[in-house]
Amino acid sequence: MSELSVSTAGQIPALQIIVPMLAAPLCVLVRNARASWLIALAASGVSTVTAWLLVLHVGEHEPIRYALGGWLPPTGIEYYIDTLNATMLLLVSGISTVALVYARESIASSISSDRQYLFYTSWLLCITGLMGIAITGDAFNVFVFLEISSIATYSLIAFGKDRQALIASFRYVVMGSVGASFILLGIGFLYAATGTLNMVDLAARIPVTESPRAVLVAFSFLTIGLMIKAAIFPLHAWLADAYHRAPIAATAFLAGTATKVSLYVLMRFFYSMFGVDYSFGSLFLNWVLLPAAVGGFVIMSLVAVFQTDLRRMLAFSSVAQIGYIVAGIALATQAGLTAGIVHIVNHGVIKAALFMAVGCILLRAGHVHRPSLDSLYRRMPFTCTAFLLAGFGLVGIPLTAGFVSKFQLIQALLERGLWPIVVLVLASSLLAVVYVGRVIEIMLFREGRSSEGAASGGVEHGHSTGIHEAPLTMLVPMYALLALMFWIGINGEVTLDLAGEAARQLLEGMRVLTPGGVS
Amino acid sequence: MNEIVNPIITLLPPLLVLPLIFYYGEANRNFREGVIIAAGVFLFIANVMIYRDVMAGAMPVSGEIHLLAGYSLKLSAEPMGVMFGLLASFLWVVTTVYSIGYMRDHDEPFQTRFYACFAIALAAVMGAAYADNLLTLFVAYEVLTLSTYPLVTHSGTDKAKRAGRVYLGILMCSSIGLLLPAIIWVASLAGTLDFVPGGVIADSGIGRTGIAVLLALFAFGIGKAALMPLHRWLPAAMVAPTPVSALLHAVAVVKTGVFAMLKIVTYTIGIDTVSASGAAQWLLPVAAFTIIASSCVAFTKDNLKARLAYSTVSQLSYIVMAALLATTMSVTGGAMHIIMHAFGKITLFFCAGAILVTAHKENISEMDGLGRRMPITFAAFAIAAIGIIGLPPLGGVWSKLMIAGGAMDINVFWALVLMVSTLLNIAYLLPIPIRAFFSPDPGVAPGQPSPRQETSAPMRWSLMLTAAISLVLFFYPAPLVELLALVQWR
Repeated sequence: MSELSVSTAGQIPALQIIVPMLAAPLCVLVRNARASWLIALAASGVSTVTAWLLVLHVGEHEPIRYALGGWLPPTGIEYYIDTLNATMLLLVSGISTVALVYARESIASSISSDRQYLFYTSWLLCITGLMGIAITGDAFNVFVFLEISSIATYSLIAFGKDRQALIASFRYVVMGSVGASFILLGIGFLYAATGTLNMVDLAARIPVTESPRAVLVAFSFLTIGLMIKAAIFPLHAWLADAYHRAPIAATAFLAGTATKVSLYVLMRFFYSMFGVDYSFGSLFLNWVLLPAAVGGFVIMSLVAVFQTDLRRMLAFSSVAQIGYIVAGIALATQAGLTAGIVHIVNHGVIKAALFMAVGCILLRAGHVHRPSLDSLYRRMPFTCTAFLLAGFGLVGIPLTAGFVSKFQLIQALLERGLWPIVVLVLASSLLAVVYVGRVIEIMLFREGRSSEGAASGGVEHGHSTGIHEAPLTMLVPMYALLALMFWIGINGEVTLDLAGEAARQLLEGMRVLTPGGVS
Repeated sequence: MNEIVNPIITLLPPLLVLPLIFYYGEANRNFREGVIIAAGVFLFIANVMIYRDVMAGAMPVSGEIHLLAGYSLKLSAEPMGVMFGLLASFLWVVTTVYSIGYMRDHDEPFQTRFYACFAIALAAVMGAAYADNLLTLFVAYEVLTLSTYPLVTHSGTDKAKRAGRVYLGILMCSSIGLLLPAIIWVASLAGTLDFVPGGVIADSGIGRTGIAVLLALFAFGIGKAALMPLHRWLPAAMVAPTPVSALLHAVAVVKTGVFAMLKIVTYTIGIDTVSASGAAQWLLPVAAFTIIASSCVAFTKDNLKARLAYSTVSQLSYIVMAALLATTMSVTGGAMHIIMHAFGKITLFFCAGAILVTAHKENISEMDGLGRRMPITFAAFAIAAIGIIGLPPLGGVWSKLMIAGGAMDINVFWALVLMVSTLLNIAYLLPIPIRAFFSPDPGVAPGQPSPRQETSAPMRWSLMLTAAISLVLFFYPAPLVELLALVQWR
C-alpha cells in the first residue's frame, strides 16, 4: 500500500464520493430492506477502504490535489486532501460502516420493513455529503455537500419512532437552514472579494484582497453559520432533540461524525483560508470561540447531569465534548490544534459506542429512562459493561482514548498559561463522573423497593421482566469500537502523531502546488 | 541468577486468574478460591525473585508502551516498590485464606464478583508498586479506585451506595482535580515524568512558591493518603466486607497513596528540593493536625471498624509527614512504616471480622468479657495494637523511631506530635483487649468460666500469622533495612 503511485492514488478521491452517491439510488431501485442494507454496508465499507488508502498516501506524500473530471481549477472543482481531511474521511466512513452493521437489528425493530430502504438511502446520501464536505477543495462545493448531508440528516431524524421525531427534524431544518444560509452568504462575500472559490486560491488572495470589508463580513457570517452547524454552545439548541428522537443507530452515526465535519470546515476556513494571523491575530476569533467552548463544557455537562433520558444526557454531553474540541481549536497553537483534532476522532469513537449501548438497552427494555433501569447489569451484562467502559472514555480515565485527548488539551492550555480554564476542564470532567456514575449506579444496584424479591432469587419485578442481552450483531460492532477506543487510548501516539501532522499543515496554510492526479 | 526478571510478570497472576474465577464461579467455589491462592503464591514468588535481583544490584525493567508523545507506560523495580510489592502479594494470600472463612461464614452474596474485583485491585497495586514513571503510577491509581468501588458497595444497600458515592466522589475528584494537573504540570516543566533519583524539577525554574503549590497538589491530590479534609472516604469504605477493609483499606489502597507520596517526594521533586525550598512547612501542620485530630475522633467511635479506620487515617499521616520532612532517615522510616503498620492493622481488621462473624458484635461497648470466649483473637488484637502504638517488642517501634529521628533534625515539635499521638493510640486501642479480657462477661454468671467460642480455622490462622510477623519484625528488621538502604536519594 505504501508505494501507491500517483496514478493509482489519482482516482481514489473520486471513488470516495462516487461509490456512496451511486449506491443511494440503487437502494431506491431495489426497494428491499435487506438488499438495501447490504448495498449501504458495501458502499460504506468501500469508502472506508479508500479513506484508509488516502490516509496512508498523504502520510507519506504531499497533499493530494485532484481535479474532478479533468477540469482544472479554477474552472473545475478540485479535491484537496491533506492529513486532516483524510483523517476526517476515515472517521466518517469508518463509524458509518460500524454503525451500519449495528443498525440492521435496531432499525428492523423501529421502522416498518417497506420503508427501511429509504432510511438506508438517506444514510448513504448523508455520508456522501459528509465525506464530500471533507474532501473538497472548493468553497462553494462545501456548501453543496453541506446541503446534501443536511437534507439527508433531516430525513434520518424524521425516521424516529414517535411523532415528536418530526418536530425534532423540523427544528433542525429551521436551525440548519439558517446556518447553511449564513455559510452560503459568507462564501458569496468571499467570492465577491476575491473572485475565486477554490480554497487554495482563496488562501492566496484573502490576505491581499482590495475589499477587506467584504472579507470581514464573510468571516462573520461563516463564524455564526459554522457554529450553528457544529452545535457550538450557545447555538446548539437543535442538537438535543435531534439526537433524542432520531433512530438510535442514526444518532450513533451522527453523533460521531456530523458535528465533527462542521468543525473540520471551521478549521479549514479559519486556519487554511483566512489564516491564523487574520482569524486569531486581527479578529480575535479566540475571544469568541474560547468563551463559547468553556461555557459549553461547563454548562452543558451540568445540564447533562439532570437529564433522565440517556439519549438526552448523551446529547448534552456531546455539546460539552464539542466544547473541548473548540477550546483546543481556539488556542491556535500546535499543541491546542492537536488536542482539538485528536478529540474529534476520540470523541467520535467514544460517543458512537455510548449511543450504541443505549440503543441496545432501548431495543430490549423499550425505554432508556434512567430511574427505571435498576439492576439492568444482571440482565444485560455485556451491554452495561460496554456503557461502563465507554463512560470511562467520556470521563477520561487513563488507558481510554478520552484520557489522551484530555491530557493533550490540558497541556496545551498550560502552555498558554490558561490556568482558570484548566480548572474548568477538570471540573467538567468531574461532572462527567457524576452523570456517567449515576447511570452505572442504577444499573448495578437494585432500588430499595425491589430488594426483597430479588434477594431470594425468585420474583422478577415489574417493568424489567424478560429483558435479556442484546443480539450479537449489535454487540460485536459496539465492542469493536470499544477495542478501537482502548487501542488508541493505550497507543495514544498513533492518533496524536496523525493529529499533530494535521495541525502542522493547518498552521502552515495551504500549500500552492500544481494540481496533479489528472490521468 | 543469569536472567533478570521482568516486573511485568507481577501483573500476570492477578489478571490471568480472572477468567478462572468467572469460569469456576459460585458452582465450584473450592476451585475458585484454590486458583486465587495459587495465583497469590505465584505472585509472591515473582516478587521474591525481583527482590533477589534488586538485592544483587540489578534494576529489572519492562518494555514500554507509548501512551502519549514522549510519555509511556513502563514498569521497573526500585527498592521501595519491591518492598511494597512483596507486602501486598504476601498479604493477598493471607487475606484470601481469611476471606474463605469470612465470606462463607457470613453468607455473603456475589462472591465471584468480589474475588474478581479483588484480583483486579491487586494487579493495580502491582502496577503502582513497580511504576517507572508518574503516568504509570496514575493509571494504576485510577484503576485501583475503580476496581475497589464494587467492593465498597458490595452489599448493595442504600448505606453502601451512599458510601460508594463518597468513596468515588472524593477519590476521583482529588485525583482528576488535583493529581492529574500536578502531573501535567510536572510534564510541562520537566519534559519528563520518569522517576529519577533527586527529582526532575530542581532545575526547571519553578520557584519556591511553585514547589509549595506543586507539593500541595500532590499531597491533597493523592486522596488515598487520606490527609484531612480528604479522609472521609476511608471511614465510609468500612461498609465493605471485612477482608476488603483489611487488605485494601488498611494496606493496599491506602498504602498506594502514601507510597505514591514517598515516590514523588524522592524521585519527582527530590528530597533536597523539598527541604531547600521550605515548601513542606505549609503542609506539615496539616499532616500533624490529621495525626492528632483523627486519633481524637477515633476515641469517639464505638464501632470497632470505624475506630480502626480513623486510626488508619492517623497512621497514614505519619507516612505523609515522613515524606514531607524529606530527610533520608524520615523517608526510610516512612517506607518501613508502610510494612509495620500493614501487619499491625491487617491483624486488627482480621480480629474485627472474626468478632463480627463469630460473636456478631461490631461495637466495642458490647465486647465485655469476649476475650475469654475468643482468647486467640483478642491476644492477636493486643499484640497488633501494641505494634500500631509503636512499643517494643513489636516492629512498629522501628519505623516510628526513624520518623521521629528525622523530625528531630527538622523541628522537635513534629517529634512531639508523634509522641502525643502514641499516647492517644494507647488510650483508644488498648482498652479494647483489656475490656475483653478483664470485664465481666454479661452472658455468664459471675465466677463461671466463659464458653470457648473461637473463630473458624482459616480466620484464626490468618490473624495469628500476621500478628506473629509483626512480632518477628521487631527482632529481624534487617532484610527491610538492607533493601531500603539501596534507595538512591540523589
